[in-house]
Amino acid sequence: MEKDVQEFHIKFEQVLDENGAMDEGLRKEVSDEFLKKMLLAMLRGRTFDEKMLKLQRSGRLGTFAQVLGQEAQVGVAFAMQKDDFFIQNFRENAATLVRGQTMRNILLNYGGDERGNAMPEGVNLMPVSIPVGSQPLHAAGLAWGMKLKKVKAAAVSFCGDGATSEGETLEAMNFAGDLKLPVVFVVQNNQFAISTPRKKQTGAQTIAQKAIAFGFDGVQVDGNDVVAVYTVAKAALEKAYRGEGPTLVEMITYRIGDHTTADDWTRYRPKEEVEYWKARDPILRVKTYLSKKNQWSEAEEQKALEGISAEVEAAVKEYETMAPPTPADMFDYLYAKPGAEFLAQKQAAIDHVNQLKKEAES
Amino acid sequence: MSQKTAIQALNQVFFQAMERDPSVLMMGEDVGVDGGVFRITDGLVAKFPDRVFDTPLAEAGIIGTAIGLSVYGYKPICEIQFSGFIYPAFQEIVSHLARLRNRSRGRFQCHIVIRSPHFGGVRALEHHSEGTESFYVHTPGLKVVIPSNPYDAKGLMASAIEDPDPVMFLEPLKLYRLKAEVPDEYYTIPLGEAKVCALGNDVTVVTYGTMVKPCLNVAEELGEKGSSVEVIDLRTLSPLDWKTIEASVKKTGRLVIVHEAPRTLGMGSELAALAAERLITDLKGPVVRVTGYDTVMPYYKMENWFIPDESRIREGIEKVLQF
Repeated sequence: MEKDVQEFHIKFEQVLDENGAMDEGLRKEVSDEFLKKMLLAMLRGRTFDEKMLKLQRSGRLGTFAQVLGQEAQVGVAFAMQKDDFFIQNFRENAATLVRGQTMRNILLNYGGDERGNAMPEGVNLMPVSIPVGSQPLHAAGLAWGMKLKKVKAAAVSFCGDGATSEGETLEAMNFAGDLKLPVVFVVQNNQFAISTPRKKQTGAQTIAQKAIAFGFDGVQVDGNDVVAVYTVAKAALEKAYRGEGPTLVEMITYRIGDHTTADDWTRYRPKEEVEYWKARDPILRVKTYLSKKNQWSEAEEQKALEGISAEVEAAVKEYETMAPPTPADMFDYLYAKPGAEFLAQKQAAIDHVNQLKKEAES
Repeated sequence: MSQKTAIQALNQVFFQAMERDPSVLMMGEDVGVDGGVFRITDGLVAKFPDRVFDTPLAEAGIIGTAIGLSVYGYKPICEIQFSGFIYPAFQEIVSHLARLRNRSRGRFQCHIVIRSPHFGGVRALEHHSEGTESFYVHTPGLKVVIPSNPYDAKGLMASAIEDPDPVMFLEPLKLYRLKAEVPDEYYTIPLGEAKVCALGNDVTVVTYGTMVKPCLNVAEELGEKGSSVEVIDLRTLSPLDWKTIEASVKKTGRLVIVHEAPRTLGMGSELAALAAERLITDLKGPVVRVTGYDTVMPYYKMENWFIPDESRIREGIEKVLQF
């Protein structure tokens, strides 16, 4: 005897297409006014990203990962509530700014200054996690805590397509599926893990379908369509609040820039491919849609960009004029209750740096 | 012979090793089309399309499958993009890679090189700068190599690839763009042999990797002031060339160990213990360690406070010269 015991299908959702045409049937609660808010957040993310690149190229900032082309990630941030937790990877600056992260902190972090990792009070945001695929488990743990405490909240985990090849990411999904945890696993499938294309990352047709193996739903969404991203994330969060378990949201998007500022994408992908995706820009389509309805104009954009630039420049000024860290900073946060030998090393480091300063002055 | 960076020296030895031995494979994240994030494997995939593999992003997967490939007769060279990213593969390394020969009573071997950029000093991101060699030195079954210059990098890598035991080959990032004379022909430098880089009679400084250069600078500076400093570059941390160290310390009566990695249970701890066990009557003063602190490698704004600088090295040497 043989019979089919399981079959599955994966849905792809797009609401606002690359030409700025809205599928009104799928649109749900996204008003033009709300869409404008999300557009401003995307512009804010992109303007900041551009400034960071300039700073990096002129030696005023270290290596970082650009968001360019993936700004529709803000849709997830807009769908979240205050009590939800955002577990970031390292390509979510546009979204974390929406959640309350500050530009100054981001600049400090990539300026080699750990003070940028102290999250603003009341902002449920984990620090940048660089080891790929290591942080979705933390999301599962946070969600577990929410479930135990019976808090109506969810954990939102971000990672990329490459991270879904890491065992820990799959363990996170397995825990979440097994325990029916309130997690939304957002996978920004930007088609590349540095140089390795998505099709070489896994033999699976979609990343979304990996959720099926762990007992929950996976859905693909046009990751350059902020309306669809918001709508899908909102539905996943509400499902989580209802105690119905996790969802995997695979955002189909594209990394327009390099992996990080240390990378050179021309080595591994054709320019035409990048141009193809530039035409599918997440910001462009919203502007097209709103302009057609006379809800957006050049003048309005100019005004918005001026305001954003002023905010960015103020943050850069704060970052660059901040007093440098002291050697004690290397030691002060490692232990809640440090041991004596450790404290002796701290004193030796302080003395040494003071000595260096004295020598430099004399 | 020509001037080469360590990147070029290593790249050349990979071409040579893969030509000499068809069982040598190259695998890792971005080692193919991209030529590795530091271009160390540049061009290899074009020449050896069936033996160079861009793997999925999975360190445990890379090392675990390399073990299977090795048992089946291949000699994989595995790149882990930065040594701070090895940890997902720790189980494969500690529980299998290091032990399979022993567990199978010599039947199966892990003829594998794991190579990874190591140490800091280049303004990198978190996890891109750490000195974690002690984990591997402490793990029985692994050999651990850390070169300090392009010439050694090439010769030691050739030996590592030839060696039937698993080798952790940790490449100082700071060394990559240094230039030195490196012969074009294939050559090997035996594993387990330290190198006396500067001769001296008053004090022995044992170091490796990124710390060799500043130690040599300090030795020269102190030499001008009348102190004669011997500098030993370990090159291979495991197996350890104790004989060379012993001969030197018997001559100088003083021992200073310098490394970038944190102090506690670092390489310096083992060397100091060996000196205490075997050379206590030869020593004129305490063994001194100059190391990174027992804290997390800080982000780059503070990394130069963490990494021993010449002034800390000088202080350490002068401390023992008082005896």
